[in-house]
Amino acid sequence: MDSLDNLYREIILDHYKNPRNKGLVTDPGYVTVRIKNPSCGDEITVQTRLEDGKIGDCRHEGKGCSICCSSASVMTETMIGKPLETAHAVAANYLNMVSGKPFDPAVDLEEAEVYAGVRQFPARVKCASIAWQAFLQTLEKK
Amino acid sequence: MEKNPWRGDFPQMDADSVFLDNAASSLKPQSVIDAVDRYYRELSANVHRGVYFQSYEATRLYEETREKVAKFIHADPEEIVYTRGATAALNLVAASFGMEQVGEGDEIIVSELEHHSSVLPWQHVASVKKAQLVYVPLDEQHRITLDGFRSVLSERTKVVALTLVSNVMGYVTPMAEIIALAHARGAVVVVDAAQAVQHMPIDVKRLDVDFLAFSGHKMLGPTGIGILYGRRKWLDAMEPIEYGGDMIDIVEKNVSTWKDTPYKFEAGTMPIASVIGLGAAIDYWNASDLDKMEDHTRRVRQYVFTQMKKIPGVTIYNPSAESGIIAFNLDGVHPHDASTFFAERKVCLRAGHHCAQLLIKRLGIDACLRASFFFYNTFADGDRFVETIKEAVRFFRNIGF
Ligand SMILES: Cc1ncc(COP(=O)(O)O)c(C=O)c1O
Repeated sequence: MDSLDNLYREIILDHYKNPRNKGLVTDPGYVTVRIKNPSCGDEITVQTRLEDGKIGDCRHEGKGCSICCSSASVMTETMIGKPLETAHAVAANYLNMVSGKPFDPAVDLEEAEVYAGVRQFPARVKCASIAWQAFLQTLEKK
Repeated sequence: MEKNPWRGDFPQMDADSVFLDNAASSLKPQSVIDAVDRYYRELSANVHRGVYFQSYEATRLYEETREKVAKFIHADPEEIVYTRGATAALNLVAASFGMEQVGEGDEIIVSELEHHSSVLPWQHVASVKKAQLVYVPLDEQHRITLDGFRSVLSERTKVVALTLVSNVMGYVTPMAEIIALAHARGAVVVVDAAQAVQHMPIDVKRLDVDFLAFSGHKMLGPTGIGILYGRRKWLDAMEPIEYGGDMIDIVEKNVSTWKDTPYKFEAGTMPIASVIGLGAAIDYWNASDLDKMEDHTRRVRQYVFTQMKKIPGVTIYNPSAESGIIAFNLDGVHPHDASTFFAERKVCLRAGHHCAQLLIKRLGIDACLRASFFFYNTFADGDRFVETIKEAVRFFRNIGF
């Protein structure tokens, strides 16, 4: 069961059980994007607030499997405090990594690196991606 | 291992995998593959057009299948319309019959047990025609009952669109009685038989059904072909929903006329190879003992169910199901997490809402797992499945779910 252990890494399970930055706010300073995966019913909402060209805050809420929910939590932790450009690069790299596309190993994905195992599970790529896609959309929506 | 008389007919069966997603699509026997292959290798010609051998032979096989299908469900060949699948068949009824016959204030009876393809076409008709969708109240097991049906049937009921066998719960609807009640009120009944034809003999005359739809690929046939049975008088009165080649009688600049039913509903080049493959699938059914197959499927399902019940941490949603389906979840484990575990163990299941979001909502869950057994599944498949459930429960408990 090597690849399963590779998927359910400790950091992932920790974020699944103890999600960080969870719960939405009504502050109009946040940009909100909700993504649904119609094939499985997973649903994630991401909120981002910019501050001096940086990600001032990032929040999430939703329902889904462990990979989906934990990746939302890891994403918010990774993103808070990052300059806009770095945030973009990290998210793009992460999405390439989980979907098995070429990515730049020089970009530091920090804790999000543990999602590398998702590549071996094509059916789960979407689960690991939607929170990050929603995040990128919050940056575009301003 | 016990001897399963049918398993060897299915080349997709490798010794390694346990295929329990039969309600999504069945495996295909070698004879069906051969029929499709022969069409492409030896004929490959269009139907109803050429006078040369290949076209003539393709046409013969194409029309012979229509007769086989008709006989299979006790209809006349003129009442058998080829479609892309059950979805297209149900949409054809709604888009043609529904749009012509349903009016403001009419009621259309559906249920929360339906596959999306049996309810969404009518939701559309209802919204365009200002008609009312009415849901049969399901009982505490989430079944369609006669009492439930009676409580919504009225003189305003125009159409009744219900599934004969539920694709998530495996329940069988008391359809003959429902049809009799509906007809007494002048309503027309559309039956979704996509999960039924492969599990029970269907006699459209005895059922007295108005429309009945099913897919080839769930009953051993190829994808891309489905059947709409329609009562002759309705089909004759209905307008085509697609226009083009092969369906026309006389074409003028401003008006044209159509061929008789069923051809007026078969515009353009149809999936000829799939039609011919479906004919081979029906040959397979005709040469087999359906009672024996169904009895076997139910025994395997029961064998598995009895063991699953005893595993702590497993919730089964349809303990009383009549057909080979078990809908379940591992407690505290999202079905996607669970299904990845099963996939790693080469146990093929389905996770999700199974195109039946109304039912999933009613069950109060986000999604579930579905194991669907068929006659070529063995008791050994059942054992592998049960062992994998136990392992999965242990695995997810150990990592702290
Ligand atoms: C009950 C039921 N109705 C309709 C359908 C639709 O069949 P198809 O996708 O082949 O058109 C299905 C298949 O998923 C089904 O299970």
